[in-house]
Amino acid sequence: MLLRYRGGAGMVAWGFHRIAGVAIWLFILLHILDIWLAGANPGLYDDLLEIYASLPGRIGETLLGAALLYHALNGLRVITLDFWPRLTRYHKQLWYACWVVFFLVGIPGAYLIIAPALGLPTLRG
Amino acid sequence: MATITRAGRARPQGGAGFEMAVWYLIRLSGLALFVLALSHFAITHFASDPADQTTQWIFGERWGGLFWRTLDWLMLQMVVFHGFLGMRTVLSDYLKGGTRTAVLMALYLLAVLIFVMGTVAVMSAPVGLVR
Repeated sequence: MLLRYRGGAGMVAWGFHRIAGVAIWLFILLHILDIWLAGANPGLYDDLLEIYASLPGRIGETLLGAALLYHALNGLRVITLDFWPRLTRYHKQLWYACWVVFFLVGIPGAYLIIAPALGLPTLRG
Repeated sequence: MATITRAGRARPQGGAGFEMAVWYLIRLSGLALFVLALSHFAITHFASDPADQTTQWIFGERWGGLFWRTLDWLMLQMVVFHGFLGMRTVLSDYLKGGTRTAVLMALYLLAVLIFVMGTVAVMSAPVGLVR
């Protein structure tokens, strides 16, 4: 069913945008709760931080970063098409450009997030 | 003049109503968050590492001055607008009638709660917390 879907690039771009948006929103709820804890119960926040800094936590942050980056890039594409409708002719090319930037930024970014948990070097001091 | 594209939600037709304000606000807050949220993620995951981001680091360095607290509070406002208006659009696509009204009321209450909790966190947290 999924593999035979013929919606095309625009529909997939929209679907990913929505899924990423809802996922980011869910993380925002957690993130406001954790930063609120930092003031209300610093000890508990520091315990939570150990989960964020663990390998599973870092994989989660990488996925969050991916959702954020896709949503941001495709969001820019949506705004561009909304205000310069004539560019809609090139909506697929703009979507492919989003993916080029996504991987150019995302692959080194993912390495920087994951590396400390595996004892790999980063440029950070 | 009104233009319609199908890349995102079509711009609402018929003058300056509430839906038109929402449509513009989603895009304006989205542009702000392109800068604010991506730089926030880059600061907390690329320039520094989560393992070092203890409460000491947050209150001593990250929120050690008024500038970063103000910027993060601005980001909170944009996030509340963008995230909750976006969820309003998503939920309205799948719900209707009384269910939609009830769920949206709960969503708005949650938005107020999140805004208050975030504001309390960024404004009331001590500078250079001593434990």
